Amino acid sequence: VSDDQNQRAGARAVIGQPLRRVDGRAKVTGQTRFADDLSLPGMLHCKLLRSTVPHARLLAVETARAAAAPGVKQVLTGRDFPIPFGILPVSQDEHALCTDRVRFVGDPIAAVIATDELSAFEALDLIDVQLEPLTTIADPDDALAIAEPRLHAYGDEGNVHKRVAFDFGDVDAALAGSERVFEDHFFFEGNTHLPLEQHATLAYVDPDGKLVVASATQTPHYLHRALARVLELPPAHIRVIAQPNGGGFGGKSDPFNHEIVVAKAALQTGRPVKIALTREEVFYCHRGRHPVLMKVRTGVRKTEQGFEITGQQLETLLDGGAYGSYGVASTFYTGALQTVTYRIPRYRFRGCRVFTCKPPCGPKRGHGTPQPRFGLEVHVDKMCEAMGVDPAEWRIANAVPPDTLTANWLRVRSTGLVRCIEAVVAGSQWKERFRRMGRGRGLGLACSSYLCGAGLPIYWNELPHSGVQLKLDRSGGVTAFCGATEIGQGSDNVLVACVAEVLGIDPFDVRCVTGDTDLTPVDLGSYSSRVTLMMGNAAIEAAERARAMIAEAVAHKLGLDKGRVTFAGRRVFDAADPARGVAFAEAVQLAEARFGTLGTTGSYRPPKSPGDYKGAGVGPSPAYSFSAAVVEVEVDPASGWLRVPRVFIAHDVGCAINPVLARGQVEGSVYMGLGEALMEEQAYRRLPAKLSRANVHKFPSMLEYKSPGPLDMPEIVTYLVEEPDANGPFGAKEVGQGPLLPIMPAVANAVYDAVGVRIDEVPITPEKILKALKERTRRVGPRAFPDIDWPEPLRVPPPWEGGDGRAVNERPRKRDRVASTPVAPPVEKLRDA
Amino acid sequence: MSEGDSLIKLQDPALRARVRLALQVNGEPRELLFDGYKTLLEVLREDLGLTGTKHGCELGECGACAVRLDGDLVLSCLVAAVECEGRAVDTVEGMARGAELHPLQACFADHGAAQCGYCTPGFLLAAEELLGRNASPTREEIAEALSGQLCRCTGYLQIFEAVEDAAGRMRGDPPTPPRPCKVLP
Repeated sequence: VSDDQNQRAGARAVIGQPLRRVDGRAKVTGQTRFADDLSLPGMLHCKLLRSTVPHARLLAVETARAAAAPGVKQVLTGRDFPIPFGILPVSQDEHALCTDRVRFVGDPIAAVIATDELSAFEALDLIDVQLEPLTTIADPDDALAIAEPRLHAYGDEGNVHKRVAFDFGDVDAALAGSERVFEDHFFFEGNTHLPLEQHATLAYVDPDGKLVVASATQTPHYLHRALARVLELPPAHIRVIAQPNGGGFGGKSDPFNHEIVVAKAALQTGRPVKIALTREEVFYCHRGRHPVLMKVRTGVRKTEQGFEITGQQLETLLDGGAYGSYGVASTFYTGALQTVTYRIPRYRFRGCRVFTCKPPCGPKRGHGTPQPRFGLEVHVDKMCEAMGVDPAEWRIANAVPPDTLTANWLRVRSTGLVRCIEAVVAGSQWKERFRRMGRGRGLGLACSSYLCGAGLPIYWNELPHSGVQLKLDRSGGVTAFCGATEIGQGSDNVLVACVAEVLGIDPFDVRCVTGDTDLTPVDLGSYSSRVTLMMGNAAIEAAERARAMIAEAVAHKLGLDKGRVTFAGRRVFDAADPARGVAFAEAVQLAEARFGTLGTTGSYRPPKSPGDYKGAGVGPSPAYSFSAAVVEVEVDPASGWLRVPRVFIAHDVGCAINPVLARGQVEGSVYMGLGEALMEEQAYRRLPAKLSRANVHKFPSMLEYKSPGPLDMPEIVTYLVEEPDANGPFGAKEVGQGPLLPIMPAVANAVYDAVGVRIDEVPITPEKILKALKERTRRVGPRAFPDIDWPEPLRVPPPWEGGDGRAVNERPRKRDRVASTPVAPPVEKLRDA
Repeated sequence: MSEGDSLIKLQDPALRARVRLALQVNGEPRELLFDGYKTLLEVLREDLGLTGTKHGCELGECGACAVRLDGDLVLSCLVAAVECEGRAVDTVEGMARGAELHPLQACFADHGAAQCGYCTPGFLLAAEELLGRNASPTREEIAEALSGQLCRCTGYLQIFEAVEDAAGRMRGDPPTPPRPCKVLP
């Protein structure tokens, strides 16, 4: 450990220390209460009847026989849920149970509520469903070719859900003026989150008569809103509790049909009702990675160090599945963050999402960004090869510098990308080994950047994105309340660490109450890597306010200037004379005596983004994280067999609030990225005609959906780069998603280094490598991108071409107004009562 | 194949019959009456209230439900509870010695081996079974012993390190601090 590190460690007692996480004991003793661990006296069980056909008109659902079956208390159908819902205000296209149409194999049609799970399950067979089959929209080709029947009555046209088009500068001119233009096609297959915990929800009516829904959800606030809407209840009469999630990865971020069904059932039966999905049903909930077809064209100009990009054009086609989910946001995200990694002076993006008869896609770790990141990082590798430039040197020379406004008006403040690249280049001995490892062995490099929370909430409002309340009392105990949701990433630990650090106490002295809409202020949820930055800032603000009151009370008692009061080691004391002071508990008592009952709040709302065109809301973030990875591979040219013995990963986390947990997020991302790179596929097949030609999931089981096990893990060398961001709590940035992004392209680039073939699609399997080795083109991947009738693009001049953040061809929009009044007085205004 | 052959009729009253069972659970004798079709997993979670044992698939694919049955590691979702008469079942709830965590539990908590914690009980019991027969396993032996368990959070390496540290602690070695991450300030 260097002196430098010792100094840093000495400066902070909690932040940066490798402490056991606050919920560690609960997890290793089996005491963490996941949703399905809850049970209540008199509890009923719910099972869903799901569609076995991919697309049909729902003519009738006859439930009388099921309702009369032993143990059955209630049968619900689409008639009980006339009000639609959906995570995005623009895609309210789901019903808790299908009303007049089924849209994929697995779409829920009816629910049976019975005294035990088996009775509910058996009664599903007694429900008679009459269906009139409709044309199956199996894939994007179908969706673009078949306008009728439409899966939904809304959307851009036919089965096209959403098309977006942007020109940030004149890309045609840039490409025309380039010395060379490179063009590539890529495909990223869909895959799913596969959390170990199956979704589960318990709903009941509390003794006051109010509804309580305890669920495996990453977004209790959005579930709260959906329940109020569909059940037509005042939100204040609904309590949503997010139980700790047994893994989320984005898969528990939508309000789900099963959550709404058991809520309604509990209200109607007056009894607790629980549902726990089977693993097969989890594959039907999905909301995972969109399959994306991509076409990219990039113009380059030679420079002294190599070459630079003059302009880039990216087209994406997303296979959305049967419902909207987060899909509109996903579509924008396939284009939004491309400009944050390397300098792209002019940028054109076209994105299209279509509806198909499959489980809906949505946000999975990296949300919409890993697919184009894969394509563009492989594209960069090919350009460097063609131009004779080392891909590591090119990336260092072309990394977006700090304090940049990108072509699409994203504000990049801090960046540690160059240091990340330098770390993995040195660690992997890149300069000595790249292109020199001999046939069958190779190195590949890729980079990425990611959001630390979205700049805008999912529904338009001017409220804080995260709120924290602190309660301090004469016991010396501190309780932190926040709506944030613990999904395993360690959000409870971040909350407690920030509070403990500011107040100079031990994390064990802080209780945390999180993810409960009755007890905690709103936090928007565990998605888009927003929690550490947003909740962390709110927690610091609340703790600073408490600290100011305590400091003033202690200063008064000791006759000190309050600027000299310091907090450490559970004491509050004179910085100049540490022996002069009081225990923390006594300090709290002094403050309580002086100010009355102690409680403080903190709030966080991201800064306003400079972009002001329609669609500018997707992409802005208070800070961006950066990652670089070098993946080492061994490929057997005879069999195509691919092995990854070693991964070098560097991630700019700003500040590692807990380095053990931060490392876990990085290595967990590498793991999941390897799964996507090598094996994971949420893929479908058409049954033969005699079996209805249904479009079915190829392998809705954990055995057949391949994911890496303990024997598949490579050695991982992890570097945490700390390039603090002024907007991050203690400078911290996200770490849960970004490090996944470079893994897939780094594998592809390493395969090329090893055996000279380009696998331009994910997953990269031995079969594809073998095929590419036999192809004349030495390549496997898509060859074309369909003609899509793109709308007129919004033309937004980049900052360096005289733009002001607005589109020149857009009708004037009501400019987003940001409340300038803080929600509570700033710290310095707090005075004696 | 006639319809009668193709499916076990769960409605069969014999399967629905309540069964009396006596077994040892975490060292204590327990007697219970339960629905005879249930798996050991269901009886542990639903009839004995021991929800520390988890389920991820109920098909024997994920390892989350691993428990010890007469010392052997088994997937409790694949064991019919009626097979457990007179046998000894050990679950995560029985690992700690009083208030003190088992070294494996302490090491999982300290090394970041539990993120969401859902797969953790299964991993703990698989690791305990390993250390019972091999006090100084190599990294390869640990990976092999845990190869029936899936974890989606950690990437496994911190789990391996926790098992290595626990093995050391159980042999009387001093605790190993969590592996220093290369932090570049």
